[in-house]
Amino acid sequence: MEVKKENKLETVNRLKQDLLRWQGVALPESHTERVGLGPVEEAFPGAVFPTFGVHEFISRSREESAATSGFMGGLLSRLMGSDGVCLWISTSKLLFPPSVRAFGVSPDRIIFVDIARERDVLWATEEALKCSGLTAVVAELQEMDFVQSRRLQLAVEKSRVSGLILRCMPRVIGSTACAARWRIRSLPSVLAEGLPGVGFPRWEVELLKVRNGNPGCWQLEWSEGRFVPVMPAEQARGRFIQMQKIS
Amino acid sequence: MEKRFASIWFPYLTTDRHAIRQPGLRNVPFVLATPVHGRMVITEANAAAEAKGVTRGMVVADAKACLPGLEVANAREGLAERLLRILGLWCIRYTPVVAVDLPDGLILDISGCAHLWKGEKPYINEITAKLRKRGFHVRMAIAGAIGAAWAVARFGKDPIVESGRETDALMPLPPAALRLEPGVVDRLHKLGLRTIGSFLHMPSSALRRRFGEGLPLRLRQALGREDEPILPLRPVPPYVERLPCLEPIRTAVGIEIALKNLLELLCRRLSGEGKGLRIATLIGCRVDGKTVQVGITTSRATASVPHLMKLFALKVPDIEPALGIELFVLEAGKVEEVDPVQEALWGGVPGLEDTALSELIDRLKGRTGVRAVYRYLPDEHHWPERSFREASFITEKLSGFWRSDRPRPTRLLAVPEPIEVTAPIPDYPPMLFRHRGEAHPIKKADGPERIEREWWMDPGEHRDYYYVEDDKGRRYWLYRSGHYGNDRPQRWFLHGFFA
Repeated sequence: MEVKKENKLETVNRLKQDLLRWQGVALPESHTERVGLGPVEEAFPGAVFPTFGVHEFISRSREESAATSGFMGGLLSRLMGSDGVCLWISTSKLLFPPSVRAFGVSPDRIIFVDIARERDVLWATEEALKCSGLTAVVAELQEMDFVQSRRLQLAVEKSRVSGLILRCMPRVIGSTACAARWRIRSLPSVLAEGLPGVGFPRWEVELLKVRNGNPGCWQLEWSEGRFVPVMPAEQARGRFIQMQKIS
Repeated sequence: MEKRFASIWFPYLTTDRHAIRQPGLRNVPFVLATPVHGRMVITEANAAAEAKGVTRGMVVADAKACLPGLEVANAREGLAERLLRILGLWCIRYTPVVAVDLPDGLILDISGCAHLWKGEKPYINEITAKLRKRGFHVRMAIAGAIGAAWAVARFGKDPIVESGRETDALMPLPPAALRLEPGVVDRLHKLGLRTIGSFLHMPSSALRRRFGEGLPLRLRQALGREDEPILPLRPVPPYVERLPCLEPIRTAVGIEIALKNLLELLCRRLSGEGKGLRIATLIGCRVDGKTVQVGITTSRATASVPHLMKLFALKVPDIEPALGIELFVLEAGKVEEVDPVQEALWGGVPGLEDTALSELIDRLKGRTGVRAVYRYLPDEHHWPERSFREASFITEKLSGFWRSDRPRPTRLLAVPEPIEVTAPIPDYPPMLFRHRGEAHPIKKADGPERIEREWWMDPGEHRDYYYVEDDKGRRYWLYRSGHYGNDRPQRWFLHGFFA
């Protein structure tokens, strides 16, 4: 009876994997290719962050854009490694290059493309995503429809480049062919009791949509060069007090 | 191929030009004069005046005294240069390499050109006849060296000197035929050396000691033993491909086919020589006599046809064929060495030197609507807007280091936005700020971080920056401009957003 159950589970797992493969999701053989997102990665198919996919980040305000830029910086540092190159395509020169250093990315490894019109951003992004010499492409866009996102996703699947699309204050959020849709909001930072100043950047990371995965909401903090999952505030305080007691 | 040069001499260049304008001056003594120290001095005299003994350097008053009917006109500055340039451009129909030889001649590199006119004799006859018909006095000679051609055109009898026989041709000529300085010529005459033959076989060390470096050098140049550079009026681009069309081309498809053929020819030649192009121009000569051209630039030397084709494909819509293009010319304006070993080494390795990446950058730069493609490098400034600079070229190496010891916002506003602030006492962070009608009560803050303005670059006040977090966890970079003071309002600004 036990053996039969085991077999059943195996079969279901295999069928699940087959389904994913038929849907065009390339599953890596090993689980070593982690991007350090901790529990967030569990939400993706096969519990692996789809590196070779287009990720869409929605931001509703300039503050959220800033938080998203920071989060992207953290992702890029893992994706780019020591000598990857990233292309940052935008119509505004808002990103402050020295700041991404704090998220582990050397700003001189980012090539900025300054574009006059929004329409050309999509063209440039598609061209860039086709280029296998890059590690990642970040594009700041406002609007993107299904067909455009599908084109980007197809380009990525061939060239194996990561595409991150930052949509600042979009008017319409339709359905897109992206691997995931994110929303990053800043949360109040938490400091050890009694310390003055502002703590490490802390975000509420919301996965609004994941292709073949489970959407969810997490709290992450960027400290010591990596993403650290954060427990809700009460738990954290409890743990802090506990630690104090122990020491 | 054997080098052959022609020298054309216009003995009465500027006076001829006046005679062309006013035919009445052709057979009367006529001079051009210019004021020198309050006197009118003759700078140019025509053949009729010279026959009557009026020469250059005479004062007009003296000349008029012995020749009352003398016509005088004011000499114009730079006329000879302009005329020679025009005549030189006209001569390009006989050879592509034409240089102006001031003050009164042209030099033509006619290597491999004369046979098109069935030999050098008809070639000379053709050019001199055309120029004489226009009204110029002209003498022309052809030799294997520029110096010899120059000498024979001005002083020789037989206008054609075969290569290797320059010595014989130069022997009877006076020393002035060697393009020497006037002082040297005078000294040679004083010593009784009235022909080149009389000092040709003297040791060059002796000549150098007595007459300076100029004489042996000019001798060697005249005998063709030393090369003489000439500056062509229209430089010939070394990498050019031409494609004449039987029928005028009017469609984009046709243009692309022509372009592809030209690129294949050019790139085969370039890659054979281990070179790649940086700038290329496609010129289309239209049926209506106009030309259209489009150009591309690449960020590194390349000889890859598909890549160049992609770059040109962005520009082809700009070509206006009108009634049709009958001749396509593809020029490589700038060519650089390509290290094929390096290309193989970097192939496939993602990095700034990657070929695929540089091709992408070329494509992006070629597109209209793309304002700029650049990288940033750190700069030695504390002032936030100046703490980084654009790299001068895309693969420039990182020289300094990026500071990350101070909090810096991920998004920086190009123009700081004014805010209203409630701050308790000087140098404390604000309690609340109001921006675009929304109040932000501040819960946490860091600062102040004072950043002084670089007074040697721009005047103004320093900034005291605060890193603040409001009740909703949104983080901002605020600053107060200048010092606190009772007598003036405090000015606060929002400058950036933190992650």
